[in-house]
Amino acid sequence: MHSIGIVHPQSRHFGQPLPLRSGATLAGYTLVYETYGALNADASNAVLVCHALNASHHVAGHYEADPRNEGWWDNLVGPGKPLDTDRFFVIGVNNPGSCFGSTGPMHANPANGQPYGADFPVVTVEDWVDAQARLMDALGIRRLAAVIGGSLGGMQALAWTLRHPQRVRHCIAVASAPNLSAQNIAFNEVARRAIITDPDFHGGHYYSHGVVPARGLRVARMIGHITYLSDDSMEAKFGRGLRNGGLGYTTQDIDFQIESYLRYQGDKFSEYFDANTYLLITRALDYFDPAAAHGGDLSAAFAPARSNHFLIVSFTTDWRFAPARSREIVKALVDNRVAVNYAEIDAPHGHDAFLLDDPRYHGVLRSYFERVANEAAA
Amino acid sequence: MSERRDLELIAELVPSGSRVLDLGCGTGELLAHLRAKRACSGYGIEIADGNVLQCMQRGVDVIQLNLEEGLALFDDMSFDVVLQLDTLQHLRNTERMLRETARVGRIGIVSFPNFGHWPNRVSVARGRMPVTRTLPYQWYDTPNIRVGTFADFEVLARRNGLHILDAFGLHNGTQVRRWPNLRASVAVFKFERGGAAGA
Repeated sequence: MHSIGIVHPQSRHFGQPLPLRSGATLAGYTLVYETYGALNADASNAVLVCHALNASHHVAGHYEADPRNEGWWDNLVGPGKPLDTDRFFVIGVNNPGSCFGSTGPMHANPANGQPYGADFPVVTVEDWVDAQARLMDALGIRRLAAVIGGSLGGMQALAWTLRHPQRVRHCIAVASAPNLSAQNIAFNEVARRAIITDPDFHGGHYYSHGVVPARGLRVARMIGHITYLSDDSMEAKFGRGLRNGGLGYTTQDIDFQIESYLRYQGDKFSEYFDANTYLLITRALDYFDPAAAHGGDLSAAFAPARSNHFLIVSFTTDWRFAPARSREIVKALVDNRVAVNYAEIDAPHGHDAFLLDDPRYHGVLRSYFERVANEAAA
Repeated sequence: MSERRDLELIAELVPSGSRVLDLGCGTGELLAHLRAKRACSGYGIEIADGNVLQCMQRGVDVIQLNLEEGLALFDDMSFDVVLQLDTLQHLRNTERMLRETARVGRIGIVSFPNFGHWPNRVSVARGRMPVTRTLPYQWYDTPNIRVGTFADFEVLARRNGLHILDAFGLHNGTQVRRWPNLRASVAVFKFERGGAAGA
């Protein structure tokens, strides 16, 4: 079992505007994507990997010029790995509004030739799924063998079965939820306010000022990061550990290791992530709520997915997208008599567990993909 | 061999084409059998990671849940058959689980080790807890936290307003219909929710 090695991003332009849920449209747009493995003759072995908040189309492998930039789900996707690129044609695509190459807020708005900035239309999970479906059209894939995602990526995987149920067979949603709780929206709002109130934000049009609201982004990342870890894993990793061996009797400098860690994460993040993208993607999270159109009845919302097969996975220590939220999805599927599997993995790492390679977790994914592969071959 | 035969004898209680919920489905062997031989559909419920994995490897749809937390996931009468095989004796809240089984399924089928089987009685009469093929544990390490007899279950079923459709014992891969409380190591009951008597 080794990495897929050197990979190359590709891009495709779509001239036809994308109608958005808001009523607005996204004028011609570009999607950046990567593919791994080979599409079989009848195009029945394609698996789409949907990314979460801060990830991209770079799912596996590395770039020739940047060997340290490993794909975000490299432990899952590759030859002989649970999502085996010797059997599947795997696609990672960067969603519109993101900041890794697909059309986003830093690109030119065709209306005025200036960067979109804050004028980039609010995109939703459903809009992303529609954009992804167009890429599948372009790649000659009528029906995906599976769509998989964790967290916000899991929401996209679920949305595929609601919007395009005939175009996907299996849906794998890991550490996801049928919508955000008030607490979850609250965390997102704190992050957004940190960005928006940064003096360098300039109402979202900071590109023309030659600055980025890095302070806001740092704080946004810090609060996000806290919610991705469990209390226990943070305790185990940092505890009350001190950076300089003793208290500094300072209110502004770093005393505790956890402070140092969060600041480091915030700094790193603010160097590569776009603030407008952060606002857009947290909003997409907030807005996802397939039950809303059915008076809050999630079971009614999942009626279109009757012929799909599901694997839902949660982690016991994930308090941001807790197992109870995954069980709501399972219940809605059971109510529709849908074929569903549910694994609740007893892992200590909190929400971040979906990116790690816990053997029970990967064992479940491996055996499920085995089943998907056998069907695709049949 | 007799375990396989027991499985088949219980499978025969499940009408063809049934939608089945198998509580404590283990590695999914029975569900796989019901799907292949009796065109059944449905899910297994299992708590143990290893069993969940084996179900998935078998292609049996499995939902990882702790049965002690009840069956809130499932609506009333949402399955044709709810199976609870060799599971009841491990649960703390046996009575509640039995009621839940009757609530969720049109038909419930349970099996459990019959403590009234004569070798057990002999053992207890001699002053020692039984250790047999069906009850292979020592008293201090048994996962069977509930020990009951064929006759005890009849009382519990009546108490909960369950209408027994069929009941028999199993021993060495054969049905025991005569004096099952004495002659069978395993008790099997098929029941439905009764009328006004339901709790």
